[in-house]
Amino acid sequence: MSEGNLPEPNGNGNELPQPLAVQAAEIVAVRHGMFGGSGTGGDTSGYGRLVRVIEFPGQSPRPYGGYFDEVENELFGALDEQGLAPETAIEKVVVYRDQLAFHVRRAHLAQVAKTLRDDPALRFELCLGVSGVHFPEETGRELQILVPLLSISHNRRVQLVATCPDEDPHLPSLTGVYPAVDWHERETWDMFGIIFDGHPALTRILMPDDWPGHPQRKDYPLGGIPVEFKGAQIPSPDQRRSYR
Amino acid sequence: MSVDVAQTVGDDRSEQPDPASGPTVLVGDPYAAGSDPAGEQVFTLAGGDWDEIARELSRNEGDSPEERIVVNMGPQHPSTHGVLRLVVETEGETVTEVRCGIGFLHTGIEKNLEFRNWTQGVTFVTRMDYTTPFYQEVAYCLAVEKLLGVEDQIPKRASVIRVLLMELNRIASHMVCIATGGMEMGALSAMIFGFREREQVLDIFEMVTGLRMNHAFVRPGGVAQDLPPGAVDKIREFLTYMPTRMKDIEALCNENPIFKGRTENVGYLDLTGCMALGMTGPVLRATGLPHDLRKSQPYCGYEDYDFDVVTWDSCDAYGRYRIRMDEVRQSLKIVAQCLDKLEPGPVMIEDKKIAWPAQLALGGDGMGNSLDHIRHIMGESMEALIHHFKLVTEGFRVPPGQVYVGIESPKGELGCHAVSDGGTRPYRVHFRDPSFNNLQAVAVMSEGGMLADLIVAVASIDPVMGGVDR
Repeated sequence: MSEGNLPEPNGNGNELPQPLAVQAAEIVAVRHGMFGGSGTGGDTSGYGRLVRVIEFPGQSPRPYGGYFDEVENELFGALDEQGLAPETAIEKVVVYRDQLAFHVRRAHLAQVAKTLRDDPALRFELCLGVSGVHFPEETGRELQILVPLLSISHNRRVQLVATCPDEDPHLPSLTGVYPAVDWHERETWDMFGIIFDGHPALTRILMPDDWPGHPQRKDYPLGGIPVEFKGAQIPSPDQRRSYR
Repeated sequence: MSVDVAQTVGDDRSEQPDPASGPTVLVGDPYAAGSDPAGEQVFTLAGGDWDEIARELSRNEGDSPEERIVVNMGPQHPSTHGVLRLVVETEGETVTEVRCGIGFLHTGIEKNLEFRNWTQGVTFVTRMDYTTPFYQEVAYCLAVEKLLGVEDQIPKRASVIRVLLMELNRIASHMVCIATGGMEMGALSAMIFGFREREQVLDIFEMVTGLRMNHAFVRPGGVAQDLPPGAVDKIREFLTYMPTRMKDIEALCNENPIFKGRTENVGYLDLTGCMALGMTGPVLRATGLPHDLRKSQPYCGYEDYDFDVVTWDSCDAYGRYRIRMDEVRQSLKIVAQCLDKLEPGPVMIEDKKIAWPAQLALGGDGMGNSLDHIRHIMGESMEALIHHFKLVTEGFRVPPGQVYVGIESPKGELGCHAVSDGGTRPYRVHFRDPSFNNLQAVAVMSEGGMLADLIVAVASIDPVMGGVDR
């Protein structure tokens, strides 16, 4: 890998421009009021006009600190060598709570994972599974997966994050790169309905084969029955008052 | 031709075989008469000599005697470690293909978590892998604390108690593994010894947390309660007799020719296989790789403890057994260091916005509400009452974001992926259970081997279905 391929940590201007601009945090919700109640009752507290913006961390500014900069440089360099511009493959790099996450555009997920596995400077040998999340309010990126990777050689961790919209719930399968994700992808399909293209046998794993729906999605009800006491009743957990 | 063999021994609906007249082969399934969806013939066997059965089958079928048989082992089979279903294709006694069916113990823990507050979540995660409750609790609490950004504020005593409980839990978990694994091979003495030792650990848990399992003792911010009086003495006593008790098991198994014959070169999985399949824990260390998150990425202050990472280089079930025994010894060493490190101090975080408002207190009828605290909030301070009410009913808010935390459970890397949307409830919590991942290796470990070795291979992974299915 040539040094010229590496992005400058501090962007001196005469070198390659920073592939990823520092983005504002991603706003996922705006909440009103002080107590976060979800009822429609009148506001008698006077705090109803308080506005709280819920933001997910966006692209982090460089340098990230620790080994994160080195991992990013190596990954971007290696992708460049393969003829894939890092800006095309990587949407953003988020460092949050001392953890490094590459948000990868889904078309390039497998290639990025393979690079992370095979590059001698990266060597993320171990894939620790796939974990889905459903954000029904984020149009166009409702379904998200997080793939934690571990490098035993270098004792490092990174996470890959990829998203797909609800209308087109397809993500490329990582089974070709990490056979370990076989069951994890089946579980994510089972629980979220994300279809992993290229998976050898994408069937339900935890729920029965003929189960309708995908239970971990936010639009899937929890169900439950009210808890009966002598002379009192507590609503089932999904009917109780919630504070957001 | 493939044959479904329904085990009907002792089943009163089928004809009882007459031992004198050789095997009884019934054509057709007594439970599903007339149904033959795949166009395959169903035979019902009721014991007998295999050669004769094979001859009988081929006579019925009228073609060459093929001995390929698909056996459904489990989910209610005593040797499949709980409700694990193994679909085994055999030729004679050789396993040609294995598939695992899981999900029989799926209880929707991760979904349920999303409807309780962050502190209540501990009560759910402790029920996942019921032999390692403290590991789920600690992984979850570390993830929540990381999201809160308060890892540095966890009191030292709380971390020491966490390590203490985790290592005792490791002993209990390994004992269960050796006990059930031994039982599945017919080594019932190992089972008796293993469960006896585990019982001692559970007695300590009961004394400390009030429960033998499902403790919900580790909470975001610290632990629920300080160690009760007498607990340290009880643990010290345990430390004195446990090494001799371990010698009982080791004398029974380590050099036992039958035990070695059953486990050596059985369930073979080398380093390449482990890496590809994401294996961690004793299975990985049995390939000789000293990978242990307690050493490589310490949490809860593990960097301050003196212990060794145990490895073995045989890649088989025997190596995994030896690793577990040696890890118990290392855990005893860590527990002893924990007792020395216990210094008086708080066991819950200072931050009153996170810390549970009161600890329990010993009353006339046992452990219960702290009367001092109730007097304080009901009689002395309105602010304290409001604070208590807000924190207990509503819970604390966790800043939006997501983290993944991995810790070294007795079975491998236990990961907790926690997502918060800034509310008082988890937005999503996912557990990467080591058993779930490691069960994928059953096929690689046992295809081409004997049917009896399949049982040993599964036992050497030590899957617990509560954790696998969650």
